[in-house]
Amino acid sequence: MKALAARRHHRFAPVVLLLLALLVTGGVYAALAPTPANAETASTEDIETGQKLFQANCATCHGPNAEGSDTAPSLVGVGAASVDFQVSTGRMPMQMDGPQAIQKPAQFDEEQTAQLAAYVASLGAGPAIPTDEQVDAELGDAANGAALFRTNCAMCHNAVGAGGALSEGKFAPPLWETSERNIYQAMLTGPQSMPVFNDATVTPEEKRDIITFLVDQREGSAGGLSLGSLGPVSEGLWAWIVGMGLLIGAAVWIGAKSS
Amino acid sequence: MSDNQNPRTPDGSQRELGHRDEHGVVGTFADPGLPEHRSRQADRDPEAAKRGERQVAALFGISVIGTIAALVVYFVIPPDGTTAGVRLSTLTLGVAIAFALLGIGLGAVHWAKVLMSDHEKVDERHPIASDEETRVAAVAELEAGVKDSGIARRGVLKGAVISALALFPLTIAVPLVGSVGGDWNVSKLKHTMWKRGMRLAIDPSGRPIKAADVTIGSVVHVIPDVPEEERQSHEWITEKAKAVVLLVRLDPRDIVSEQAPEGEDWSYDGIVAFSKICTHVGCPVALYEQQTHHLLCPCHQSTFDVADGAKVVFGPAKRPLPQLPITVDDEGYLVAQSDFHEPIGPSFWERLK
Amino acid sequence: MTTSTGNAAPKARAGSGAPTSRAGKAADYLDQRTSIGSAVKEFARKVFPDHWSFLLGEIALYSFVVLIITGIFLTMFFVPSMSLVTYHGEPASMDGVLMSDAFASTLHMSFEVRGGLLMRQIHHWAALIFMAAIVTHMMRVFFTGAFRKPRELNWLVGTLLLIMSLLAGFSGYSLPDDVLSGNGLRITDGVVKAIPIIGSYMSYFIFGGEFPGEHIIPRLFTVHILLVPGLILALVALHLFFVVLHKHTQYPGGGRTDTNVVGYPLFPVYVAKAGGFFFVVFGILALMGGTMAINNVWNYGPYDPSPVSAGAQPDWYMLFLEGSLRLMPGQTEFVIFGYTLSLNVLIPAVVIPGLLFTFLFVYPFLEAAVTKDKREHHVLDRPRNVPVRTGLGVAFLTAFIILALAGSNDLIATHFHMSINTITWVFRFLFFLGPWFAFWITKRICLGLQRKDRELVLHGHETGRIVRFAHGEYIEVHRPLDEQERWLRVNYQAHAPLEIEPATDSRGVRRKGYKGDKRMQRLSRFFYEDRVEPVSPAELAAAHSHGEHDALEGGTHAEVEAGAAVGGGRDLVEPEGGADERRP
Repeated sequence: MKALAARRHHRFAPVVLLLLALLVTGGVYAALAPTPANAETASTEDIETGQKLFQANCATCHGPNAEGSDTAPSLVGVGAASVDFQVSTGRMPMQMDGPQAIQKPAQFDEEQTAQLAAYVASLGAGPAIPTDEQVDAELGDAANGAALFRTNCAMCHNAVGAGGALSEGKFAPPLWETSERNIYQAMLTGPQSMPVFNDATVTPEEKRDIITFLVDQREGSAGGLSLGSLGPVSEGLWAWIVGMGLLIGAAVWIGAKSS
Repeated sequence: MSDNQNPRTPDGSQRELGHRDEHGVVGTFADPGLPEHRSRQADRDPEAAKRGERQVAALFGISVIGTIAALVVYFVIPPDGTTAGVRLSTLTLGVAIAFALLGIGLGAVHWAKVLMSDHEKVDERHPIASDEETRVAAVAELEAGVKDSGIARRGVLKGAVISALALFPLTIAVPLVGSVGGDWNVSKLKHTMWKRGMRLAIDPSGRPIKAADVTIGSVVHVIPDVPEEERQSHEWITEKAKAVVLLVRLDPRDIVSEQAPEGEDWSYDGIVAFSKICTHVGCPVALYEQQTHHLLCPCHQSTFDVADGAKVVFGPAKRPLPQLPITVDDEGYLVAQSDFHEPIGPSFWERLK
Repeated sequence: MTTSTGNAAPKARAGSGAPTSRAGKAADYLDQRTSIGSAVKEFARKVFPDHWSFLLGEIALYSFVVLIITGIFLTMFFVPSMSLVTYHGEPASMDGVLMSDAFASTLHMSFEVRGGLLMRQIHHWAALIFMAAIVTHMMRVFFTGAFRKPRELNWLVGTLLLIMSLLAGFSGYSLPDDVLSGNGLRITDGVVKAIPIIGSYMSYFIFGGEFPGEHIIPRLFTVHILLVPGLILALVALHLFFVVLHKHTQYPGGGRTDTNVVGYPLFPVYVAKAGGFFFVVFGILALMGGTMAINNVWNYGPYDPSPVSAGAQPDWYMLFLEGSLRLMPGQTEFVIFGYTLSLNVLIPAVVIPGLLFTFLFVYPFLEAAVTKDKREHHVLDRPRNVPVRTGLGVAFLTAFIILALAGSNDLIATHFHMSINTITWVFRFLFFLGPWFAFWITKRICLGLQRKDRELVLHGHETGRIVRFAHGEYIEVHRPLDEQERWLRVNYQAHAPLEIEPATDSRGVRRKGYKGDKRMQRLSRFFYEDRVEPVSPAELAAAHSHGEHDALEGGTHAEVEAGAAVGGGRDLVEPEGGADERRP
């Protein structure tokens, strides 16, 4: 203790204190943070359970029978795939009304998500959740997937799925962490601003090809650090920061008098 | 108060500054001369000099190691075609080469900084202009040459020489420029390959599109229906560059305006087709925002409202995207009624002529 | 040398003796055939001034050499043809795809040739660094006034080099014929088409017909490896010739005048430093090429007129054009007698760059005109001593950077969660307000720094030591500047606005050139009305003898403590040359 007190004026003391404070704050928050609410039900039928979940979490905006309202569209006919996508990515329930549903930690676990999906699917025929085989990245053709991605997806999501801007603050999110199933479901259901790529426009096999292509991209770049795969702007930024930084540093060293 | 003379003071160390203080007194500070030379450790201490020498030698040694490493890597770690393999090969070869080069560079610079003499030297500058004697002599030579040539008296010759020299480049320039422009037929810019009855097909697979397959909120990237074999050539790519189309289906209640004149209908049951080539400078306008039915061009953010005749709602474009008149054939496939009714893509001078 | 008949050949010059060493014999052999001795005498120990900021141009030069070296490697594998081939090979996303031979050879080079991707990446990073170094070097030259007589021509050569390098970069990154650069070519075509009367014909000229045709890649290849590098090499040779002829400029300081050059000899110091720097530049570029991915064209795909990807931008040095195109509002396209005039394209893509480059080309002559300064200048300016020039330079850079940021507005939008439309509007205003504000604030900062320098010269460094006199007054002790520090701060010329002859001559007749002179004078006032003169010896003496500022030349501390200081005062000047003595 004496040793610590003796060093209380050390020039690193503020840094150490700050780090300690951050650690303590973070730890307390983690310990005391409220867990996400779960609507507890005791029903055995998935659809009934789903309906109850729906009433508790979704009906405020989507209406008691999912018929829609001023603030949310009707969910009749959107299918299980829509619900699985929106709920498992945490987009729904939406935190704030608006055209861009931000991805956030999922509020429901897998079972509840399935129950919600089952309920909404029961309201009207709509796109179903794909099978594992339909989204198996090993089975698709990367070359065809790449060609389809370039034509249909890259303009919003960027050439390798790093994300891109839409108008008025909306955006197409990066796809690095999106599950294969959700990639499929997003294409099929056209969430929020994303257009619908129904099975006639992009067949299920073509969807799987796109999934294969996207999963391949997660290996990173053959050229080294991918720098976010954002294209020439980030390359230019790094050229200035790393390249000119090192080179000007070298020039300063060369011009400086030696001791 | 301009100072026109190039100061040629004898010793070069005094310099008129030419400023005036509030008393109108012109005074100058004396140039203190070169700052005192600060010796380096290596100059004072032979041990330090030896250490510097060893450091320089070590750096050059690192370069040699780098070269050897690069050669080893070149033979031992080839790119195996996989992403990871190419990455490894690139990384190891690049780092080895970097060491080979940086070793030399850092060694040479370190040598100069630590060991080479760092006493500053002073050289004299001379005015750039040649001295008077030389200039006079140069002018005299030129005048002698002009006199010899006789051009001063012979005005006709002067004119003739200039005309001939000025004109001859045309013999190369005109064939070069003339032949480089292809067939120069710029009227082709006004038309695309779309014709009456031509089916719309999916890009890039080429499948024709049934109207029933286009649902509200969906977007289809469209090319003219042309057999696969005919889509493997440059002519096709050049035609495609004008013919690509974006197909969307709108709820008919959302449609505010259409480009079709009175009495004509260019859409089919809410399905509308617009040229995908931006009317700004030609990028593909491909971002379709389903909820706002806006088409956003990623290049310069021109935004078009598909429900309002593809009018520009933001950005540097001026004109709406031209609409392709469509209908269905008797099998239910979407077909064009005709070509676009105006030239697609960016504007050019004679566009409307 | 005597002339003689017969077969007597001129002997080796007398006085050198017969060379004995290997090097001596080689030198003798060469000199007898090239008279290289005079060149060696002139250049071997030529003095160049030393400063790190003089190495910026070298970064550009050496990156260019790296571009040539790596470029030669690339030309061994690149096929400049648009003929369509079906590619079989890595990566999987490109296997079996129909593409141009240019694109296919780029893939083959990247994935199947040893060192191929490394060389491609070094080449591309070197291109980005080449442009960055040119811009940085140009800024250094601008802000230090190294473009003044006799270097105006060299400035023009340098600005031409800037433009040539833009062309080199643009033609280079378009060669792989991928979707990203292909859309860049499409944009170029759109801009060219917008040119009145001849636009569509110019488009046909460039592409050999309609876009994209099958000629553009081979043509760009010729431009990229022959025409532009040839011009760049010629201009660089001229550029370096001028540097040697004019001798390099030097920063102000003790012993450095307009009639000398102070520095180190070429051989061995600069051979080692500059030669070593080449290897450092090459080494750093190799490191970047080996570790940082750049221009992964297989992700963009072979050029097809249909796809486009988010983040569609050219390389950084073209972003100013890109931003310009993005910012311009679209309403300004007009139809005049049936002919279309697209000002919404011409203004951002032709007029704005035209204005920017005109400013660059014209600036040295503008400054020469407003000062009527015809002297040779070899000592550089400290930027603070030329506030308007520095302000104009910063304003120009601000405009350039705002355009570059505007060209990246979609990436700004996604990374900072903002609306791309809002960003565009903000930049539309900033493009005009930003440079004006930057100019004003830079000028004020420069004037402030000059005033601070004056204060420093007049009063010396604050030492932080407070002295209390017996009669209760407190003063702070100041340490006067040493000779070198003072010289640096007084050795400049504060230009004053032009004085012109009166409007009418002695007989009352209006002078012919008066209007032009008046305009020049007004411009000169803009440049030099606000100025800070350097301290003169008279002022310094006045400062020391003034009642409020006590001079104690040669005084000791004992005298100070005894209250020998006369009168009250704010500060106290320590004896000159006195080191900081510890107080007991």
